[in-house]
Amino acid sequence: MTLELCIQYLLAGITYGSIYAIVAIGFNIIYNTTGIINFAQGEFVMLGAMTAISLQNWLPLPLAVAGAVAVTMLVGALVEICFIRWLDRPSVLRMIIITIGVSILLREAALHIWGDGVYALPYFTGNEVSSISVLGATISPQILWVIGTCAVIVITLNLFFKLTPVGQEMRACAANRTAAILCGIDTRNMVTLSFMLAAGIGALAGCVVSPITSSQYDGGTGLAIKGFTVAVLGGLGNSAAAVFAGLLLGIIEAFSVSVMPLAFQDAIAIAILLVILFVRPYGLFGDREAARLQEF
Amino acid sequence: MRPYLPFPFLLCLVVGVQLLTQWTDTAYYLTQLTMAAYYALLVIGLCLLMGYAGQISLGHAGFFGIGGYISAALTTHNLAGVDNSLIRLLERLGLLAASTDMFGDPLLTVHPWAAAAIAILTAVLVAWLIGGPVLKLTGHYLAMATLGFGIIIYRIALATPFFGEADGISEVPPLPLLPGLAISGDFSARVTNYYIAWGLLALGLLLLVNLIHSRIGLALRAIHGSEEAAASVGVDTAKAKLKTFVLSAAYAAAAGIFLTHYNGGIGPSEAGIMKSVRYVAIVAVGGMASLWGALLMAVLLNFLSLRGLFGTYDDAVFGLILIAIMLFAPDGVLRLGIAARLRAWRQAHASR
Amino acid sequence: MKRLTSLLAALCAALLLPLTAGAGTIKIGAILAVTGPASFLGGPESRTLVMLAEELNAKGGINGNKVELIIKDSGANPEKAISFAKQLIEEEKVFAILGPSTSGETLKIKKICTQGKTILISCAAAELIVNPVSPYVFKTPQKDSHAAAKIFLTMRKQGIKKIAVLAGNTGFGKAGKAQLLKLAPQYGIEVVATEVYDKRATDLSAVVAKLMAHKEIQAVVNWSIVPAQAILAKNMRQAGWRVPLFQSHGFGNIKYVEAAGKAAEGIIFPAGRLLIADLLPDDHPQKPVLLGYKKAYEARYHEPVSTFGGHAYDAFKILCRAIGEVGPDREKVRAAIENMKGFVGTGGVFNFTPQDHNGLDIDSFAMLTVKDGKFVPYEQ
Repeated sequence: MTLELCIQYLLAGITYGSIYAIVAIGFNIIYNTTGIINFAQGEFVMLGAMTAISLQNWLPLPLAVAGAVAVTMLVGALVEICFIRWLDRPSVLRMIIITIGVSILLREAALHIWGDGVYALPYFTGNEVSSISVLGATISPQILWVIGTCAVIVITLNLFFKLTPVGQEMRACAANRTAAILCGIDTRNMVTLSFMLAAGIGALAGCVVSPITSSQYDGGTGLAIKGFTVAVLGGLGNSAAAVFAGLLLGIIEAFSVSVMPLAFQDAIAIAILLVILFVRPYGLFGDREAARLQEF
Repeated sequence: MRPYLPFPFLLCLVVGVQLLTQWTDTAYYLTQLTMAAYYALLVIGLCLLMGYAGQISLGHAGFFGIGGYISAALTTHNLAGVDNSLIRLLERLGLLAASTDMFGDPLLTVHPWAAAAIAILTAVLVAWLIGGPVLKLTGHYLAMATLGFGIIIYRIALATPFFGEADGISEVPPLPLLPGLAISGDFSARVTNYYIAWGLLALGLLLLVNLIHSRIGLALRAIHGSEEAAASVGVDTAKAKLKTFVLSAAYAAAAGIFLTHYNGGIGPSEAGIMKSVRYVAIVAVGGMASLWGALLMAVLLNFLSLRGLFGTYDDAVFGLILIAIMLFAPDGVLRLGIAARLRAWRQAHASR
Repeated sequence: MKRLTSLLAALCAALLLPLTAGAGTIKIGAILAVTGPASFLGGPESRTLVMLAEELNAKGGINGNKVELIIKDSGANPEKAISFAKQLIEEEKVFAILGPSTSGETLKIKKICTQGKTILISCAAAELIVNPVSPYVFKTPQKDSHAAAKIFLTMRKQGIKKIAVLAGNTGFGKAGKAQLLKLAPQYGIEVVATEVYDKRATDLSAVVAKLMAHKEIQAVVNWSIVPAQAILAKNMRQAGWRVPLFQSHGFGNIKYVEAAGKAAEGIIFPAGRLLIADLLPDDHPQKPVLLGYKKAYEARYHEPVSTFGGHAYDAFKILCRAIGEVGPDREKVRAAIENMKGFVGTGGVFNFTPQDHNGLDIDSFAMLTVKDGKFVPYEQ
C-alpha cells in the first residue's frame, strides 16, 4: 500500500468517523439525564435534514438549518411529553420498545410527508466536485464542517453542563434522580429539555452530513446504529470519547475495504460492537466502576 | 390439568374455521392462516424468552433467517453435474434427492429432511455460541447486542451469492412429512397444509406449556422476578437463560424452515430488523408472559398484515401498536382488566 | 313503494346487462413495493397505474369493460408478494397481475402464477424472470444484457479496455453485475475489480480510493438504482479521479442528477427514451407515446417522470391492448401478448414471441449523458 493510498483511506475513515461521531453525541445527552437509549435518535437526524431541505425552498441555508433545528427540537419535546413524561418508573424493556415504536412512527410519517425521494442540502462551501488536497490525497470541504460542528458541540455541551445552572441541574438528575428531586429540581422538565437538546443536536448533525450522505425518509436507522456503536465504543455518556471512538471506527471501516469486499463493511462495524459489548461494555474510554453505578 | 384446558378449544377452533371456510367457499383464507401459524411458532418461542426468562431479543428474525436460508439453499443448490467423492458418499447415505425443475431439467439437491436437520443444528449452535456472552448483558446492551446479531445475519444473506443476495432463493421444493403429505404451497394442498401448520404449532405450544409448568419454568420465572434472588436459592441462572435462548432460537429456525418450504422461497427481508421488531411487538401485545396471548396476537396480526389490510401503513400500524400497548397496557391487551381498574378507581374515590 | 321501484330497476338492469355486449369489469391486480426499501420503484409504478386506470375508465374502459385495479403494497417483502399473489389469483380471481417491482419478488411468484394460469407482467429487470420462459410470465423493463452491451459498444469506440465494476446490493445490481461480467470478454474488455456496496451506503470514498490505486482502470461502470449512484459520482470527482463514469439505466431519474449536482456532468448511461422525449426527432415512433405519458404524469403528480413508472405504463398498456384485441379471455389474451408485434411503449418497441417474453431489442436503449443538469443524447 502506497503512502498516498494510506492517506486517502485515512481521510475516508475520517469522513465516516466524523459522521458517526456527530450522531453519537445525541445518544449521550439523553442517556446522561435519563439512562434511556433513545432508539429514535436516528430519526431526529433524518427529520432535521429533511426539514432543512424543505425550508431551503424559501429561506437562505443558515436560516433553513436553524429552522430545522427548532422544528426538530419541538418534535423532540413532543415525543417526550406524549410518550415518556407520564410513565411511572418504566422498565428498561418498556422504554426500549417505546422508543423503537417512536422511531417507526417518525419514519412512516416522514414517508407520507416527503415521499420516497432522495434529497440533499447543497454543500456549505464549494460544490459537489470541490475538494481539498492533503499530502496528495483529497477530502471534501464539507468534512471540515462536520468535524468543526462536532468540536463546537462537544465544547459547548461541556461548558453548558459545567457552568450554567440548567446544565448543572441536568447533571444532578443523571447522577441521582431522587436527590435531585429533594433539592427542588424539576426532573421532569430536565428530561424534556434533554430530549429537546438531543433532537436539536441530531437535527444539526443531519443538516451538516446531508450534502455528503444525501437524505431519505429511511436514512435514520442506519446512521443511528452506527451512532450507537460509536457511543458504546467510547463509553455511554461521554461525548468527547464518542468523537474519538467515531473516528476510530470510521478509520477501521475504511481500511477494512482494502482487504475485504465492500459488501461486508457494515457487518464489520457491528462485529466490533458485539466484541466491545462482550469484553468492555463500559467502552474503550469508560470506567468500569462508573458503568456499574449506572446499571439499569 | 388446568394449563392444558385450552387445547381442546384450540382443536375445535382450528377444525371449525376450516369447515366454515369450506362451507362458505372461502378456503383461500387458509393460505394466510397457514403462514400466520408458522410465524406464531416463532412468536411463542420468543414469548418464552421474553415473558418467562425476561430477556429481550431484537434478533430473532436472524434465527428465522438461518433456518429458512440454509434449508432453502441446500434444497435448491443443484449438485447435478458435480461429481466428487463427497457427493457420491452423500448419495449413498440417501441424503440427496433427485428431481426435475419446472422446466424439465434434472436437479440433484440435498434431501429436504437432511437440509432441515442441518438448518436447525446450525441455528442451535449459533444460539449456543453467542448466547453465552450475549445473555450476560442486560437492558440496552442486551437489546443492542441481539439487534447487532440480527443485522449481521441479514448482511450475510444479502452479500452471499450462495444465498441469492438481494433476490433471495426461489423454487424451494416441498418438505415431505409422510407419504402423500408434504409442506408445500400448491393450491391443491391447501387444506392439508393448514392442518399440518396448526398441528405443528399445537405441538410446539404443548411442549412449551409443559416446560413452563415444570421445575425449569419455575426457575425461569424466578429469574424474571430477580436474578440475584433466583441465584441465591440455587438456580443456575446463566444455564437456564442460555437453554431458553437456544430453545427459542430453535423454534425460530423451525418456523423459518417450514414457512420457506410452504412459500417455496425466502428473501432477505425475512431476516431484517423490522421483522425482529415486529415479533417483539407481537409478544408485547400478547402480554409478554402469556403463551396463549402471544399465539392469538401472532395469528391475528400476521393474518391481517399478510392479507394486506394495512396497505401502505403496515409498518406504521405495528409502530403504533407497540407504543400504545407499552403506554397503556404493558401487560398486554388480554390483561387490561378494565373491570378491576374501574373497581379500584371507584374505591379510591369512595374512600376519599 | 320506493323499494319496489328500485327493485324493478335492479331487475331491469339485470335483464339488460347481457344485452350490452361484454359489459362488465375486468379486475387487474398489481403487487408493488409502494413503501419500504424499493419504494422509488413501486411509488411511481403505482401512481402510473392509478392514473392510467382512471383515464381508461373515463373513456369507457376496454370495449365497454371497466377496469378495476387492485393495488397491493408488498413493501418489497417476498412473503407478502406470495401471499398477495395467491390472494389475487384465488380470491379476487383477477384477470392478470402487474408487477412486482423487484426481481426477488417476481421470481418467488413466477411458479404460483404459472400454476394459477394467471398472466403476470413484471416490472422488474432480472433476465431469470423470462428465461427460462414460463407461458404466463412477461416483463416490460429492457434486458440488462442489452444495457451492458450498449455500454461496452460505447467503450469500444472510446478505446477503453480495462474497467472496474461497482454494483448495489439490490436485485437490480446483482443482475446487472452478472451480465457485465458475462459479456465483457465478448467485447474484449477486462474487468479489473468488482465491488458491491450497500443500498443505503452514505459515502464511498474508501472504495474509490481502493479502485483508484489500480492505475490501469480506464473507466468505471456502476450498476444500481439507489442514491449511492449520486454519492459515487461525487466521491470520484472529489478524489480527482477523471476516468469516465458509466451508470446503468437505473440512473434514469433526474433526482439523482440533482443530488450529484456538478459531479453528474458527463456521466454516460443507457436508458429508455422517456428521459429525452422532448429532444427526440418528430418522426421517432416513440415520441407521441413518451410525451403523452410524461405530460400526463407530471401534470398530475407534480414530480418528474421516471423510467420505472414507464415499466408499469407499458405493462398496463400491453395488457389492455391484448384484451381489446381478443376480448377478456385469459388464454386468448396470453396468446395475443405472446404474439404481439410492434407495440410502441415507453421502454421501446415490443415484439413478443413465444420464446421472447420481453420483446425488446438493443435499440430500446439510447446512450444518454448529463449536460448542465439535464439528460441529453450522448454523441461520440
